[in-house]
Amino acid sequence: MPLPTPFHTRTAQHCTSAQWRNWSGYMAAINYQYTHDFEYYAIRNAAGLIDVTPLYKYEISGPDAANLVDRIITRNAHRCKIGQVLYTPWCDDDGKMVDDGTVQRFSEQRFRITSATPNLWWFQDCAYGMNVDIQDISADLGALALQGPKSRDILREVVKGIDFNKLKFFYLAEGKAGRIPLVVSRTGYTGDLGYELWVERKHAEKLWDMLLDKGQKYGITPAGLNALDISRIEAGLLLLDVDYISSKHALIDARLSSPYEAGLGWAVNLKKKRFIGRSALAREKAAGSVWQFCGLDVSWPEIEALYGKVDLPPLVAGVASRLAVPVYSGSRQVGQATSITFSPILKKYIALATVETGDIMPGSKLSMEITVEFAREQAEATVVKLPFYDPPHKRS
Amino acid sequence: MAERYDAIVIGGGHNGLVNAAYLARAGKKVLVLEQRHLVGGATVTEELYPGFKYSVFSYVISLMRPEIIRELNLPGHGLTILPLESTLTPLQNGEYLYRGSDPHETRRNIARFSPRDADAYQDYGHTLFFMAKAVKYMLGIVPPDPTSLHPKDMLGLAALGKYLTGLREDDIYNLTKLMTMSAVDFLEQWFETDVLKATLSASGIIGTFLGPRSPGTAYVLLHHYMGELDGNFRAWGFAKGGTGAIAEAIASSARAFGAKIRTEAKVSELLVKNNSVRGIVLDNGDEIFADTIVSSLDPWQTFLNLPPNGSMPEELLTDIRKFKFKGSSAKVNLALDALPQFNCKPENSNFLRGAISISPSLDYLEQAYDDAKYGDFSRRPYMDIIIPSMIDPDMAPPGKHVMSCFVQYAPYHLREGNWEDKREALGDAVVNTLAEYMPNIKDIILHRQVVTPLDIEERIGLSQGNIFQGELSLSQLFFLRPAAGWAKYRTPLKNYYQCGSGTHPGGGIMGAPGRLAAMEILKDGGH
Ligand SMILES: Cc1cc2nc3c(=O)[nH]c(=O)nc-3n(C[C@H](O)[C@H](O)[C@H](O)COP(=O)(O)OP(=O)(O)OC[C@H]3O[C@@H](n4cnc5c(N)ncnc54)[C@H](O)[C@@H]3O)c2cc1C
Repeated sequence: MPLPTPFHTRTAQHCTSAQWRNWSGYMAAINYQYTHDFEYYAIRNAAGLIDVTPLYKYEISGPDAANLVDRIITRNAHRCKIGQVLYTPWCDDDGKMVDDGTVQRFSEQRFRITSATPNLWWFQDCAYGMNVDIQDISADLGALALQGPKSRDILREVVKGIDFNKLKFFYLAEGKAGRIPLVVSRTGYTGDLGYELWVERKHAEKLWDMLLDKGQKYGITPAGLNALDISRIEAGLLLLDVDYISSKHALIDARLSSPYEAGLGWAVNLKKKRFIGRSALAREKAAGSVWQFCGLDVSWPEIEALYGKVDLPPLVAGVASRLAVPVYSGSRQVGQATSITFSPILKKYIALATVETGDIMPGSKLSMEITVEFAREQAEATVVKLPFYDPPHKRS
Repeated sequence: MAERYDAIVIGGGHNGLVNAAYLARAGKKVLVLEQRHLVGGATVTEELYPGFKYSVFSYVISLMRPEIIRELNLPGHGLTILPLESTLTPLQNGEYLYRGSDPHETRRNIARFSPRDADAYQDYGHTLFFMAKAVKYMLGIVPPDPTSLHPKDMLGLAALGKYLTGLREDDIYNLTKLMTMSAVDFLEQWFETDVLKATLSASGIIGTFLGPRSPGTAYVLLHHYMGELDGNFRAWGFAKGGTGAIAEAIASSARAFGAKIRTEAKVSELLVKNNSVRGIVLDNGDEIFADTIVSSLDPWQTFLNLPPNGSMPEELLTDIRKFKFKGSSAKVNLALDALPQFNCKPENSNFLRGAISISPSLDYLEQAYDDAKYGDFSRRPYMDIIIPSMIDPDMAPPGKHVMSCFVQYAPYHLREGNWEDKREALGDAVVNTLAEYMPNIKDIILHRQVVTPLDIEERIGLSQGNIFQGELSLSQLFFLRPAAGWAKYRTPLKNYYQCGSGTHPGGGIMGAPGRLAAMEILKDGGH
C-alpha cells in the first residue's frame, strides 16, 4: 500500500473525490474535486497547492560536492551560484538520459538534487574516489509546489525573512513560516509563476495549514496530478517514463534518448572538460541527432470533422493522455506523440512528440493518430516550438 | 482629405468587434465607431468602486462560438474562460437544491426531493443534448429564406431539411414541440419537484417579458443550453477579468488585423445617395466615408434611427416597429466587505464558485411575473447570481468580493413613476430578497450599482433595455430575425449591413451574428 506523505492528513481532508494515484510509493491525489477544472485554473489564475513530496531528494555535501555534481550533470555545477537552482538532465557514459531534475546549491559544499526516479546508487557510483557525502533525504523532507499568479502574494504573507521581489526565477532562499524553517525555491513544473517549498516532515501539516489560511483570499486551491499534468504539457516540460525512458530502464536501444533528442540540448555544456556522457554527446552534436522533441498543435476543426462523421461532438480526453500514438508525415510514420491534452487556456489540442530530424521543423504539417469511435483516424498536427504556454508573469 | 475606409462598423459591442475583426482579417480597411469611452457594449467590465470590478451588464459566457475563439486567436489576445459548474437554489427554510459537475452528487441532491426526478434528470440531459445539437447547426448557418425561390435558399432549405431528417424521430417531435411550448410544460414531462422545475425553467425566461408558463419559453431554455455542446472546448463559464475581457480580447485581435477602433464616437446618421450608403455622420458633425457600413445596433436603431427619412421601404419599417423589445431585466452589482453567509449549508463547499439561483418555486416566478405584467418591478424577483471574485481573485481586493445579480422582472414601462425615482427601490427589493437567504448581506455591502432597463437603453443603446436586442420568441427567430426577407444581414440600402444580436442567431455573448454577417459582406465582394 502506498504511504501517506507528511501532508496526508490535510490532503486526505481535501480529497473529496477519493481519487488517488501511487506516485513513487506515496498516495498522491489525482483530483481533489470531482473534476480537475478548478484545480487547473487555480494554477493558471490564482494559486494551486500541489503535494510534490514523492519526488526523490538527495543531499550532496563535502569538499568534492561541486566536483561530483559537475561530473553527473550536463550543465556546469561550478558556475551554479549559491542560492541558484539549475534544471538539468544527467546521462550515462553513452550520453543517454538517466533522469532529469533540479540542482539546488546551498553553499560552496552543499547541494540538493531532486529527481523522478531513485538515483542513490547512481550518484554513489559516480562519486567513486571523491570526498563527498550523499544522503537520500526523500523521506525526511516534505515538498509543496505553490504555483500560479497569486503564489507570490500568498508567500509574502506566510514566509518571513525572504525578499520576494528579489527572489529570481530559478533561485532559492531560506526563511521562516511562523517558527517553521523552510527553503523556498522559485521553481515548478507548471510554466507559471510559482514556488516550491521544502520543509522538514514534522512541520509539514502546520505549513499546509498556514498556506491555506492565508491563501484563501487569493483563491488557493489544492491541486492534484491531473491539473499538474495538463500544466506541464502546456509548459512543454518532459516527464520521465512518459516522454522518454531512463537509460537505466530501457530494454532496447531504440528506447534510449539523449538530451539533444529530448529538447534539452540547451542544457548540455560541451565547454565543460569532463562529465559523464560528454564524448558521446560531443559526437552526437557533431553528427546530428536522429530525433527531436517538439510540440504539436492538432487541428481542432479536423478533430471536430472526424467526430462529426460519426455524428458526435469531439470527445477527446479532458485530462492528459499518456498513451503514445504514432505521428505521420504523409503515409510514413516519423515519430510518436507521448503526452497529449486539451489545453483549457489555449483552447487547443496539443501534444509533446518525438519526431525525426531533417525536414521537420516548426510549421511542418504532420498528422497524429486519433481514435474516433474505435476507428483509427489521423488529424493534421502542426509542429510548434515549445512551450505552448509561457505567460510573462512566470519571470516577472 | 476626408477620411475613407473600406468598411465602418457602427457600435463596438462584441458583435461589432467580431465583424470588424473578420473584415480586417480579410484585408479590409476597417473603422469601428463606439459611442462610449470603452468598447464592449453589453460586455464591459468597469471599476465603479475602487478595487472592485463589475461585469456591469452580461456576466457569464455561454455561447461564444468556438470557431471565433480559434479564428481570432482570442486566447492569444488574453481571453481565459474560467469554469462555472454548479447551480445552487437556496430555499427559505434552510433547504437547498444543488447541482454540480459530479452527476452522482447531483443525483443525490435531487433525490432528497424526489428519487424519481433524480433519475429523470439524466434522461432530461440526454434529450436536451440531441435537441440542442439540432438547433446548434442553425447557429452556424445563414438562415435560408423559405419564401424565396433563389436557388441558394432552396439549397439551404434542402440542407436544413436533410439535417433535420437526420435527427431521430423523437428529437424532431421534441424539437417542434419545444419551439412553441412553455418551459414548464416541457419540464413537466420529466419532473415533479417544484424547485427543480422552477430553476430549470428560469433559463427560459431570461431576457423575455414572459413567465415560465408562457408559450415559447422552452426555446429560450434550449438557447441557453447550447454552450454545452462543444465537448472539451467548453465555451461556457466566466471570463477572467469579467465580460469586458471578452470585448478587449476581440478588440485586440481586430487591431492586430489592422482594424481601427474609435471610442466616444456616436453615429447620428447614415449618408445615403442613390439608395446606397456612402458614409456616416458623427454627432459632432464629422463625416466619415466608407464603401460598406455595418450596424451592430438593434433593429430599431439600424432601421428606424440611423437611415435618413424615406430611405427604407415603409412595409419593412412597419415590420420593424412591431419587433418586440419589452425589456424586463435589471442588474444589481454589489461590492462586498466579506463573503455572504447562507442559511443553507451545501455539502459541497465550492458552491460559491457557481451560480446561485433565486427561484425557490414556480409560484415564486409566476408571482414575480405578475408584478411585472401590471407594470411594476417584482418585489421578490427571480435572480441569477454569481460571485465573480470567488472565480477570479482579481475582481476584488483580497478577502473582498463582488456579486453580480441578474434581476427579473423589471419592466421598461412602469405603470407608476419613472425609473429615475424607482432605481433605489428596485435595489432595496433585491437586497431584501437576498437577505432572506443570506442574512448578513446588508452588513457587508460597500457599494451598490442598480442598472435599470432604462439605464441599459441609455448607456448602451439597447432599445427598451432588451438584453438580446429583441426577444428570442418564435416570431423573431431565424429567417424572421429581424424581419422576413431581411434575415441575411443585408438591408434594402445598398452596402448597408446589420450584424448585431438583433439578427440571426440572436442574443447572448456568441459572436455568431458578427461573424456570419462578415462572411456575407465578403461574399458580396468588392466592398
Ligand atoms: C443586463 C444584461 C445581462 C446579460 N447577461 C448575459 C449573460 O450573462 N450571458 C450572455 O451570453 N449574454 C448576456 N446578455 C446578452 C448579451 O450581453 C448581448 O446579447 C450581447 O452582448 C449583445 O452584443 P452586440 O454586440 O450584439 O450588441 P451591444 O453589446 O448592445 O453593442 C452595441 C454597441 O453599440 C454602441 N452604440 C449604440 N448606439 C451607437 C451609436 N449611435 N453610435 C456608436 N455606437 C453606438 C453601444 O454603446 C454598444 O457598445 C446580457 C445583456 C444585458 C443587457
